[in-house]
Amino acid sequence: MNEALIRSLTPSVLGVLVRRGADFAAAEDAVQDALVEAVRVWSADPPRDPKGWLVAVAWRRFLDATRADAARRRREDLVDEEPPPGPAPAVDDTLQLYFLCAHPSLTPSSAVALTLRAIGGLTTRQIAQAYLVPEATMAQRISRAKRTVSGVRFDQPGDVATVLRVLYLVFNEGYSGDVDLAAEAIRLTRQLAAAIDHPEVAGLLALMLLHHARRAARKGPDGNLVPLAEQDRGRWHTASIAEGVEILQAALARDRLGEFQAQAAIAALHADAPTAEETDWVQIVEWYDELARLTDSPIVRLNRAVAVGEADGPRAGLAALAALDDALPRFTAVAAYLHERDGSVATAARLYAEAARKASNLAERDHLTRQASRLNGLRR
Amino acid sequence: MAKYLLLKHYRGGPTAVNDVPMDQWTPEEISAHVAYMRDFAARLEQTGEFVDGQALAPDGAWVRYDGEGRPPVTDGPFAETKDLIAGWMTIDVDSYERAVELAGELSAAPGKDGRPIHEWLELRPFLTEPPTITE
Repeated sequence: MNEALIRSLTPSVLGVLVRRGADFAAAEDAVQDALVEAVRVWSADPPRDPKGWLVAVAWRRFLDATRADAARRRREDLVDEEPPPGPAPAVDDTLQLYFLCAHPSLTPSSAVALTLRAIGGLTTRQIAQAYLVPEATMAQRISRAKRTVSGVRFDQPGDVATVLRVLYLVFNEGYSGDVDLAAEAIRLTRQLAAAIDHPEVAGLLALMLLHHARRAARKGPDGNLVPLAEQDRGRWHTASIAEGVEILQAALARDRLGEFQAQAAIAALHADAPTAEETDWVQIVEWYDELARLTDSPIVRLNRAVAVGEADGPRAGLAALAALDDALPRFTAVAAYLHERDGSVATAARLYAEAARKASNLAERDHLTRQASRLNGLRR
Repeated sequence: MAKYLLLKHYRGGPTAVNDVPMDQWTPEEISAHVAYMRDFAARLEQTGEFVDGQALAPDGAWVRYDGEGRPPVTDGPFAETKDLIAGWMTIDVDSYERAVELAGELSAAPGKDGRPIHEWLELRPFLTEPPTITE
């Protein structure tokens, strides 16, 4: 039994403990202990009922910890050895855990950490490695997060939108470590989609699958960033694309459009083009218009300017760009690209060099510097 | 073991021998440079001497306390700032000589025309914990 399979049981086991009356923070610690124990002993001796095993061990750990705690406080008699029957779950425990871990009282970084631990079943050390912070820092962040949500009633309905934002963050801002956070985000979103029927959950899952499909093509052999137009589309993962498109189509058919479905639709149009030249930019511009209506985000308008540049020519793209704030992230890179397409090589080279100075990550900075150097080479 | 900081400056140090802005190199020269830096760090990981390496964006701000109940004051970025740190690498080595040797290797990263940049790096020892046995 592998670790991912063990971890997939995390939310349902945690849900059982909380339903039995354990407080969330203590239950979460107990489930973590049980997971570690499972990883240790299951390979040699796999249980017939993995979930039952985890519940039993976690409940035992919870009782032990609570008893130790109670002994310190001389309140030993408060703890009952036998688990109380508990009310029949009215709503899915897994779904409630997603709501709790993405509760609006949490900061985004706390919600991300708590979600990865309490629902994803990752250890504090794994999460710390993934986000390049010391383990003690991450442990503190998680325990503060647990304290923050300790007063939240477990059976209160939450807002799916906050959960989706957390999962999007895990997918999009995951760094490297021994845990693949993009894959983990997909797993958690898939699990959420199984727990709740919601077109935007499906939209986010489709969006993740469609972008994840490009992963092998996104970097060159030397680690360089390869832009979408230059990617070897033969290296795109067709099974992920097919699954993403199917999920998206089913979601769109329900006619409750949201930002993740619209973003996924754009990704699907890219996936649908056998070559970059065959991309249906006119339809992509229409989806950006939808997206701009839904989100009113300046980043969306910036991306729309690129699409307009492809659909109606670089002059039209530059005109769309002129209406935007030049302090937007990537504004200068977009301007450089459109000027190059318009034939202004010197301007484009200067803007690429400026965009490289403003880049917020090394891969983009190197890529933009290379673009500037390529154009400067043309001019010599 | 002693920890040292190798500081790379956008400007502020003496001028490098092969001092040409990166966007004037060829894309292949840029790739060679990036590969050299990556291999250097990987090699130090292999020898157990690498601690940390980070790059910094050029635009920062100056910030200071402005008194009780007032928001901090920010200033800058100053385009004319003389000294500007570009990034660092922290190493943990056996001797000062080894730190100098490694800084020299890092400074030999290839630049324009594939020739070493001969870039000046600032080498700074970390202050340490006091030793247990002092007599």
